[in-house]
Amino acid sequence: MANTPLTPGIAPSRLSAEDLARNFGDLHPPLDGHEAAVAADRCYFCYDAPCIAACPTEIDIPLFIRQIQADQPAAAAKTIFDQNILGGMCARVCPTETLCEEACVREAAEGEPVQIGRLQRYATDTMMAAGEHPFTRAAATGKRVAVVGAGPAGLACAHRLAMRGHDVVIYEAKPKPGGLNEYGIASYKTVEGFAQREVDWLLQIGGIEIRYEQALGRDVTLDALRDGHDAVFLGIGLPGAYGLDDAGHDGVRPAVEFIAELRQADDLSALAVGRRVVVVGGGMTAIDAAVQSKGLGADEVTVVYRRGKGRMPASAWEQDLAASRGVRFIHNAQPVATHGNGTVREIEFAYTEEDGPNLRPTGETFRLAADQVLLAIGQWLDEAPEGLERDGTTLSTQGAGRTSLDGVWAGGDCTHRGEDLTVTAVAQGRDAAEDIHATLMGEG
Amino acid sequence: MADLSTDFVGIKSPNPFWLASAPPTDKEYNVRRAFEAGWGGVVWKTLGLDPHVVNVNGPRYGVIHGADRRVLGLNNIELITDRPLETNLREIKTIKRDFPDRAMIVSLMVPCEEWAWKEILPKVEETGADAIELNFGCPHGMSERGMGSAVGQVPDYIEMVTRWCKQNTRMPVLVKLTPNITDIRYPARAAHRGGADAVSLINTISSITSVNLDTFSPEPSIDGKGSHGGYCGPAVKPIALNMVAEIARDPETRGLPISGIGGITTWRDAAEFMALGSGSVQVCTAAMTYGFGIIKELTAGLSRWMDEQGHERLSDVVGRAVPNVTDWQYLNLNYVTKAQIDQDLCIKCGRCYAACEDTSHQAIAIKEGRVFEVIDAECVACNLCVDVCPVEDCITMRVLEPGELDERTGRKVAAEYANWTTHPNNPSSQAAE
Repeated sequence: MANTPLTPGIAPSRLSAEDLARNFGDLHPPLDGHEAAVAADRCYFCYDAPCIAACPTEIDIPLFIRQIQADQPAAAAKTIFDQNILGGMCARVCPTETLCEEACVREAAEGEPVQIGRLQRYATDTMMAAGEHPFTRAAATGKRVAVVGAGPAGLACAHRLAMRGHDVVIYEAKPKPGGLNEYGIASYKTVEGFAQREVDWLLQIGGIEIRYEQALGRDVTLDALRDGHDAVFLGIGLPGAYGLDDAGHDGVRPAVEFIAELRQADDLSALAVGRRVVVVGGGMTAIDAAVQSKGLGADEVTVVYRRGKGRMPASAWEQDLAASRGVRFIHNAQPVATHGNGTVREIEFAYTEEDGPNLRPTGETFRLAADQVLLAIGQWLDEAPEGLERDGTTLSTQGAGRTSLDGVWAGGDCTHRGEDLTVTAVAQGRDAAEDIHATLMGEG
Repeated sequence: MADLSTDFVGIKSPNPFWLASAPPTDKEYNVRRAFEAGWGGVVWKTLGLDPHVVNVNGPRYGVIHGADRRVLGLNNIELITDRPLETNLREIKTIKRDFPDRAMIVSLMVPCEEWAWKEILPKVEETGADAIELNFGCPHGMSERGMGSAVGQVPDYIEMVTRWCKQNTRMPVLVKLTPNITDIRYPARAAHRGGADAVSLINTISSITSVNLDTFSPEPSIDGKGSHGGYCGPAVKPIALNMVAEIARDPETRGLPISGIGGITTWRDAAEFMALGSGSVQVCTAAMTYGFGIIKELTAGLSRWMDEQGHERLSDVVGRAVPNVTDWQYLNLNYVTKAQIDQDLCIKCGRCYAACEDTSHQAIAIKEGRVFEVIDAECVACNLCVDVCPVEDCITMRVLEPGELDERTGRKVAAEYANWTTHPNNPSSQAAE
């Protein structure tokens, strides 16, 4: 090991291979059969269950847990995939503590919800390990649909369209499918190449062709897609990351870029990370970047959020995870400037006060030593395709994702509906597919 | 996809899952919800002659809970329908018209006099119902009035009333049997002799679920007094399975269609009843505990299991286990097994040790570090350790190969089948010289 956590600057190989393996191992190891049986037993099969209402894809959770109780994890998986074709990934990355498990009546009764997320993983892993794909395509409709982006929204949309008998071509800007599942989520949440395995499994439905390194606006145009297809679905995410006004120093970069690099790395010891890392932001990306910086061996990692702790978009569970890994939090401070000589040395913050929705600097500032600054302060749609109406920084849509252009739907992060979660994107992609299907078949 | 469609003595339903005659099938509102949820059929709650009966106005149900308040058994003192006959008939007709593909069986209980049956049968027939079920089973309340299990406990009455019904209606006649007898084959044979198209069983078991130790009243308590009720739910399943099997393998009733009832909670329970000869199954307690939504698990589960096993239709399954139900005397005494403990799965609770050491054959050793190991020289393969172990598949039974030494007896396991009828210790054995 060439370096240690105390090596100054941004350096690779701060930890041993064993430490790196432990830090990036499965965050929630899968349940074995016995653990699943015990966990499933706790479900009450509630009527009109609150957990279903709390799930953006409305999975019939009591039913799938009952199917696990009844010794059929594969039947449980079918129940999950009926609603959410990326149920395997969602079982890993959903903030269940703010969704289904928060709504679980046993959370109310005992402060200990049924472990819905882990049971979902148990069921979906079982079916995927068996190589079973429980869906077949309807008779061919002869319609062709273009899906832009092979992220959660695009994949969910494409699968449902293929199931309904349409032919789908996905145009993906990157060399791999999966979107943020592949490039944007902490690696300890989806280990062992799961994102790619899931896409391979999903494509077993047939009728979906993916064309890689085809970016909208660069390699293909919306007009051409509309001309060549019966409908277009845009699941293009938010490619632009916000920066700081004062961004003149090396060592300052978007957190999403850092995470993407980490996710694509074959050898974690080759990845460089700062000795003192400051993450600016308060969402899931900030947490993922902070925990992974620590995991790579950064000595000090600080997350600085401009509002109070209670306002952080990252769940309390995520915050606790970061704290348990040694990440420090500073609340009510916003960045003012970075300092250094070419390379960043310090970042300066101003303390803030909340005044309703507004923030006001208190006048007091402070500086944190930093040799790496990761910005997780939001993403935006830098270039919307010509002719599409926007709603602020995202595409505006009506109903099940209809954009301002006829025959063009959109879903996922590029639209401003619901939370920016994988599960939300899946629901939007799926629902847009049903709307496209109804429209193409003359029922719309 | 396996075909779940059911034709039970001419009664057709899209799946074999019927709601048993009970509170869930008391009126149109419930039955409509059940059919909308996907149930294959219902046996309408028992009709009687007007003036209709009345129910108690205090608690009707008692319960036995397992861990975590899981409902293992329910007991009820509710009587047959307490609504006017005409109201029920009208609703039955409406439902059958709205759901023509579902099975509609009407449960009946009137006095043991032919005029009473002659009076009610045409009225039921007029509703368009598919069949009737004679309630000779309810052990509480109505039995005091000479109906329900009071009839079911007298084979001659069963035969007589069944015959009346067969003579007075074209509808198939199911006879619902009470388990509150000593040998279920006698009432089943009587139903068969009377011309029953099928039997359904079991009805509930006479029971007192608990006693309130402050008031010394049985539960459910009506003003300080209790009366025995009818017990049902997962707890009664083993009793029901045995009774179904006894009828299925009895030479006199073999082939008589059976609608299986008793604690069916999951698809697996249903498959077990079917394997023992039930052509349809009836569910009540599971629906009363979890709601009609369980039908999705029942149908999807049965269908998936059949697909996995390569069974295309229900007839591939029904009765499949019956040939394997035999008398004790025919069990193979040369079949030798030994318990074995998977040390990787063992959580070191010691329940197997306590059970074996205190109550069985001292065949489990506790070693340094709470390692539990089977002593083959002592193990009689009773299975108690397997049953009390909290971890599924941690303790399993290994079958000894022919020629292998059984350390307990010091003898090698024989390859051939040998049972008690030829055993030298059997005074009446006819062992070959």
